[in-house]
Amino acid sequence: MGIVLLIVLVVIVAILVIFAIVTYNGLVRRRNEVEESYRQIDVQLKRRYDLIPNLLEGVKKYFRQEQDVLTQITQARSQAMQPQSPGQQAQSEARLSGAIGNLFAVAENYPDLRSNTVLLDFQEELSSTENKISFARQHYNDSVQSYNTKIQSFPAVIFARSMGFTEKEYFEAQGPERESVTVSYD
Amino acid sequence: MEGRDQGTFRERIARNRRNSLLLIAVFLAFITIFGYIIGFAWLGDPTRALFGLALALVVGVVFGLISYFAGDKMVLAASRAREITHDDAPVLFNVVEEMSIASGLPMPKVYIVDDSAPNAFATGRDPEHATVAVTSGLLEKLDRDELQGVMAHEMSHVANFDIRYSMLVGILVGTTVLISDFFLRGLWFSGGRGGGRRGGDGGGGQLQIIMIIIAVVLAILAPLFARLLQLSISRQREFLADATAVRLARNPKGLADALQKISGDREVLEVANRATAHLYIANPIKKFEKRSKGLFSTHPPIEERVKILRALEAGGVAETTGQTSTETT
Repeated sequence: MGIVLLIVLVVIVAILVIFAIVTYNGLVRRRNEVEESYRQIDVQLKRRYDLIPNLLEGVKKYFRQEQDVLTQITQARSQAMQPQSPGQQAQSEARLSGAIGNLFAVAENYPDLRSNTVLLDFQEELSSTENKISFARQHYNDSVQSYNTKIQSFPAVIFARSMGFTEKEYFEAQGPERESVTVSYD
Repeated sequence: MEGRDQGTFRERIARNRRNSLLLIAVFLAFITIFGYIIGFAWLGDPTRALFGLALALVVGVVFGLISYFAGDKMVLAASRAREITHDDAPVLFNVVEEMSIASGLPMPKVYIVDDSAPNAFATGRDPEHATVAVTSGLLEKLDRDELQGVMAHEMSHVANFDIRYSMLVGILVGTTVLISDFFLRGLWFSGGRGGGRRGGDGGGGQLQIIMIIIAVVLAILAPLFARLLQLSISRQREFLADATAVRLARNPKGLADALQKISGDREVLEVANRATAHLYIANPIKKFEKRSKGLFSTHPPIEERVKILRALEAGGVAETTGQTSTETT
């Protein structure tokens, strides 16, 4: 009788331990996913800045008379790359987008520029990068949702907090960044 | 809402894993029995029939393993697809990259099939070894949003592990056809010789004749059943992949427009065959489309898929995610 009870107890404990391990690993996996998807946003944001020098290099000979268009972009870019508060960041991003939009507007005046492959390629890369930024944010929010739900639900809710798993914040679109910044002409 | 969708994602993956294991088990059991019956029919005695069983198992397992690890390459070679980099087709490469980011999966390899009929497929054994392929016709005829919809659909097949399941089913059909063919041809060529030698041993001979009949019936029916299975599994998956695609790209219109363009196109995809038809986003074998609802179609009718997508478009994507997530509850 005692042995049967012991076996039952051991089995129950073993099941609980396995369950705890699986839950714990699930939490770790989801937390890593959240962190990974957050890095992806940064990767894409940086890529956007990296695109610009190539564009400027490719079109600069057409813009001899319109130097200020190019300097505006360079300035806006270096300003946007400075570490700053989210609100300021949004502002300088908007300024950068405006400056790039200006370049496209000016390019309309130059017939040989309109079909310039550097410009067309850049347009595709820029809009794709903007898509990638918003898809990266979307995936970040997806992972946060999955992670938070897991933390808040049974059985993880019992031990998640005490083991250092805390809810992550969603990415909230703010200010001009709410709409994905596209090339605008104003 | 996305969180619950992640749940459905995982559920689909788990279901595909379960089904895959079941499929392999059923397949091995079938091969064993089939091999034994063929062995019996061939060699005419229950002990020597084990040789047929062993041979069928070895052929099944070896062929299965090879196809599992090289199946994607075989499919791509059969479709005469070539790998591309970003600079070969920037827009295509970019939309694939966008969808890989949206789904959080590694970037798949991207292939182009030089064929003017618009179509696309995904293959591979898991997201780490995945390939998406489009025809050059698709690239020409679709705009960016439509292309994004198609790639979202293909990445959904990758994310749901449909690619692995489809590959396993393809292998199953292939092996069954191979063994059946092998038996039927062998029977044809050696009919006279076998009959003469086995004529003398009375009762055993009668049993053998029964076994030959069973084997012939199986050899004819098995590939048919395998094909039916292949068809039925892919139909449900197309609807699911459409729903997941909307969740990834948040743009039902792109995919709906793309499907309409693809189905409205009269060109026939030369490189598709019955073994690869179920991989494509739209059935590449056009004459099948008419009786699409039937048992023998690999794809649900396009009009039905477009109708669902248009409804999502009108209702907004928020509702979409709500709909797909109800599957978890």
